[in-house]
Amino acid sequence: MQSDAKTTESLVELPKTLAETRSAIASGEVKAVDLAEGYYRRIEKKNPSLNVYLSLTRERALEQAGRVDAAAAKGDSLGPLAGIPVGIKDVLVMKGAPATAGSKILQGYEPPYDATAVSRLEAAGAVLLGKINCDEFAMGSSNENSAYGPVRNPVDPECVPGGSSGGSAAAVASNLAVATLGTDTGGSIRQPASFCGVVGVLPTYGRVSRYGLIAFASSLDRVGPFASNVKDAATLLGVIAGHDPRDATSSPAPVPDYAAEIDKPVEGLRIGVPAEYFAEGLDDEVRASIEAGIDSLRASGCTIQAISLPKTRYAIPTYYLLATAEASANLARFDGVRYGYRSASSATLAEMYRHSRDEGFGAEVKRRILLGTYALSAGYYDAYYLKAQQVRRLLAEEFLHAFAGVDAIVTPTSPIPAFKLGEKSGDPLAMYLADIYTVTASLAGICGVSVPCGTTKAGLPVGMQVLAGHMQEGTAFRVARAVEAAQGR
Amino acid sequence: MTGRVSVEDVKRIAELANLELTPEESGPMLHDLNAILEYVAQLNELDTAGVTPLAQVGELPGAGGVSVLRKDERVAGLGRADVMAQAPETDQAFFKVPKVIER
Repeated sequence: MQSDAKTTESLVELPKTLAETRSAIASGEVKAVDLAEGYYRRIEKKNPSLNVYLSLTRERALEQAGRVDAAAAKGDSLGPLAGIPVGIKDVLVMKGAPATAGSKILQGYEPPYDATAVSRLEAAGAVLLGKINCDEFAMGSSNENSAYGPVRNPVDPECVPGGSSGGSAAAVASNLAVATLGTDTGGSIRQPASFCGVVGVLPTYGRVSRYGLIAFASSLDRVGPFASNVKDAATLLGVIAGHDPRDATSSPAPVPDYAAEIDKPVEGLRIGVPAEYFAEGLDDEVRASIEAGIDSLRASGCTIQAISLPKTRYAIPTYYLLATAEASANLARFDGVRYGYRSASSATLAEMYRHSRDEGFGAEVKRRILLGTYALSAGYYDAYYLKAQQVRRLLAEEFLHAFAGVDAIVTPTSPIPAFKLGEKSGDPLAMYLADIYTVTASLAGICGVSVPCGTTKAGLPVGMQVLAGHMQEGTAFRVARAVEAAQGR
Repeated sequence: MTGRVSVEDVKRIAELANLELTPEESGPMLHDLNAILEYVAQLNELDTAGVTPLAQVGELPGAGGVSVLRKDERVAGLGRADVMAQAPETDQAFFKVPKVIER
């Protein structure tokens, strides 16, 4: 059967939901191969201005699409993501494809294995289009720290897409993939989702395997999906979640049917609104959009409760001490010996280490390695690292206590909408403060979703962060879906 | 937590981290590190006496549990040829590096 060219083109130009795309492929109305080719044509056209993809995995994608088409033609049962074009943040490895982590130090590295999240997507039928730009080693909140140039926000190309998974958010917003994978250590999925007007999911720590994720801060790093709507995001999480013997921190807890959770009514759910997330520094238009979102939850039958999380203001300092300490240890492995970049100009081994790292790492990565090394060094360990670990427990307990009284907590994802390129890149501390509403959930290990919730007058998207307790993704999805539905989507 | 480092401190930390900052890099780095350290010093306001440090969220109640380690059985790792293909310099059996000891 010939694939319908017009239908294929309309899927690429006017994206449908994952379910609609999958059923068009399953029925043979659209060939997965044609759809992938359509996306590649679109990428060719749009990527030069947006800088989303760093490399394409065309051969692998078309092989997989061919397998899906053959299975569909035979009437075999298809995976939940059969033929769906998906992009992968370039901190997750794909066998034989360049893995850069947005850094020069991994130049030339083509890993000999797949990340678990990547192989699970493919096993579910996804067609993996390529590797997506991000801040170097996922360190940044604007995507301006990539050694391969910044990603532009598809909503306004003068603005940043957020970070560090800026490319993954921009890819979905500009339909250069139906869905993408990103990673979130301090807000790196939720904040760009909010800046680009898409859905981004922070799964509970341990819910998704980190195997094959190039580590930044191992006790905080999480892998999660981006999609244009809550249901698609839930479907993706269902595919990548679950225990993996290759990640000792991955949870053995069974994976619920998230997509089924979504349409459960939210009536009677208790929603906490923490005063600390609506204080000084919150943009007026963001506030108005989030308050309207909260009103819509009330109208859907949720009970809205004012709550207080007074230790929130200690989250950023805690996060930047712990994340940099872990990063300084994790990034010690990049030494020019086994893979990636090696400086050519070294007479001794010690010189080779230093020169390779000096020439390979960008300024923000060096800054964080130095800060982390300092926090872990003799004489400062107790004052900085241990202190931050103690505060981490207090912050986590504050959340656990709050979740004893409410089912979910809603906040703005970011205090401001997308800012202009270059606006904050000269001031690292100002950039760190961009994560002020997202880092606490990172430290506590709880889950959350950023869901589009209105726009500013200038047309910039606003995201609402829906947080739920450990392993309560279903609740976060339900609330996010209610917010989405209230906006007529 | 006093939050002031000197040029010498930055040099010493860089050495520990196997980095070698250029003079153009170390000035701004000193400024940034001090700004950040000054900011994180607000953690001192919190009394954390007797609080057990939290290293892994898996140990919190209801966090999904700490994963059990896999059985101690032999499983195939990556093949040597696949790994060596990524090395900047190799004789196929070993990684080659510049001289370690002068003689």
